[in-house]
Amino acid sequence: MNIIVEIKNLKRVFTVGNEIVKALDDLSFTINSGEFITIMGSSGSGKTTLLNILGCLEEPTQGTYLLDGTNVSSLSKNELAALRNSKLGFVFQSYNLLSRTSAIENVELPLLYNNKFSASQRKQKCIQALEAVKLSDRAHHLPSQLSGGQQQRVAIARALVNDPVMILADEATGNLDSRTSYEIMLLLQDLNSQGKTIVFVTHEPDIATFSKRTITLKDGKIIKDIVNTNVSSAKEVLAKLPPINEELPL
Amino acid sequence: MKISNLLSIAWRSISRNKLRTALTMLGIIIGVAAVIAMIAIGKGSQQSIESQIATMGSNMIMVRPTSNLEGGARMDNSSVQSLDEVDIVALKKNPHYINAVSPVIAMKGQVIYGSYNWSTTMQGVSPDFLLIRSWPLQQGIAFTDKDVKTASKVCLVGLTVAANLFPDGGNVVGKSIRFKKIPFKIIGILSKKGENSFGQDQDDMILTPITTVQKRILATTYYQSIYAAAIDAKSSDSASAEVEKILRKTHHLKENEDNDFTVRTQTELVNMLTSTSSILTILLTVIAGISLVVGGIGIMNIMYVSVTERTKEIGLRMAIGARGLDILIQFLIEAVLISITGGLIGVIIGISATKAVSYFMNWPTLISISSIYLSFLVCFITGVFFGYYPALKASRLDPIQALRYE
Repeated sequence: MNIIVEIKNLKRVFTVGNEIVKALDDLSFTINSGEFITIMGSSGSGKTTLLNILGCLEEPTQGTYLLDGTNVSSLSKNELAALRNSKLGFVFQSYNLLSRTSAIENVELPLLYNNKFSASQRKQKCIQALEAVKLSDRAHHLPSQLSGGQQQRVAIARALVNDPVMILADEATGNLDSRTSYEIMLLLQDLNSQGKTIVFVTHEPDIATFSKRTITLKDGKIIKDIVNTNVSSAKEVLAKLPPINEELPL
Repeated sequence: MKISNLLSIAWRSISRNKLRTALTMLGIIIGVAAVIAMIAIGKGSQQSIESQIATMGSNMIMVRPTSNLEGGARMDNSSVQSLDEVDIVALKKNPHYINAVSPVIAMKGQVIYGSYNWSTTMQGVSPDFLLIRSWPLQQGIAFTDKDVKTASKVCLVGLTVAANLFPDGGNVVGKSIRFKKIPFKIIGILSKKGENSFGQDQDDMILTPITTVQKRILATTYYQSIYAAAIDAKSSDSASAEVEKILRKTHHLKENEDNDFTVRTQTELVNMLTSTSSILTILLTVIAGISLVVGGIGIMNIMYVSVTERTKEIGLRMAIGARGLDILIQFLIEAVLISITGGLIGVIIGISATKAVSYFMNWPTLISISSIYLSFLVCFITGVFFGYYPALKASRLDPIQALRYE
């Protein structure tokens, strides 16, 4: 099994006025390819900072971070941008789709910042990504014409389109109702079973039960790192929900 | 990063907000259209003045005596008698830049035919005069050097004179008219010349051999002025210098003495007459240019608003792999696309407005290609200049903070 992420003695310190805040305090862990990890913690526990560092948006104060064999700490801003473009996929809580831009053009966005693909290759990859999230019939719809769950699926397609080594999701179900959340988790479980490595930040313990491993942070330290032996299946949970009554009584 | 990709990104961005883009362009459109129309109208009036002057005879050089001290008294120009036959002979002797020379004496007087009479100007000239003024005959023949030698009583009449003396038409050539009690035989009619740029009717004129005027009417050996023609328009300055050099010699002027004559070329006359119109053109173009700058500031304003409004989008683009430079170029291309597209529409509107002005108001206009290139260049520079700072601001955003921006 390949090691995707290797973090050793990672520290991130902020200076706010005269106070020094240790957002992350001496973390060490590894992520293997094919894992589905949730990072849990209350607000202020450092999970957002950890996600920013994992996403190469921020550099650690101390310690090393190897992403797919590349030492991130030694890279320049432009090299970080190229790394994000080729190795990572982001899914955000508020979707962050470009308004007045069709689903397929939103999905195409990461490929436009990569020289390797021609226009026809880009189109093909976008269609594949939209098929993977089961939205190929909505390719030319605008975000305003899509439901929240559909918009988040477009965002997942955008994260998939460049074949990243790891997908980073930041509270990706935070804006969705529980049924739609389970649908998104089902999609992520499917992608994980196809071999995608997924790191999912959440504060909902309910969502964490769908992942294979859960890291819990508190005050910048890992207080729990457990392998989930009893992964719940989003498919089964969805099946147990009461069916949507199409003719709701008034 | 491929420029073609950035181009398509920028194009998608500005076409997402069509109304705003169109309104932003409006400033540039008005500016460019105004600049083009102003230059076209200015150039048109300049050209019409030039072509009017050309009807007076292109490449023409005029020599007039100037007032000079005579025994301590400063004399009136017309009374100065410094030009005579010696000058003509000298000017005709192997000149480099002159191909025709003619003396001129003009006088006002009443011309009579039968029961009709008309007040006009008679000019004594040599046969070269018609060449200098590029003035062909409509009918008949011109007088010759032989007529000059014999001071024969023949004349060429302008159309206005002919119309007033012969209101009934008929054959004018061969008729005899009287001027200062002397009968002149009409041997030709000058073709139509029209008004000159001072509003004088150039066809109100009788031409006769110079010697006829000198010997039979005025009893003088001097000339009022000398007209010459440069071999072409380019050498008019050299020709004027040559005339000056020859005349200084024939007038025996010492080096420290001023000329007792002035040499004027058509070019000077053109410059004098067009200077007013070109000052006006410059003024109007500057005003139009200011509106172009205002349009550019409009672009800057909108780009700033757009950067703030799209902070989250910029954060997202950076998160998925756009470098600062990519963002910079994208916003710069957006600004330049707006200004260039605005410029293109402005050029079209400017040309149509110019055509409309010349069609409905009968103003002379001339659309110059260089003004189109120039306004395009200005548009491009405006786009880059006013788009740069907003784009720089966008490219320096921190992706984490930009993504969190609400």
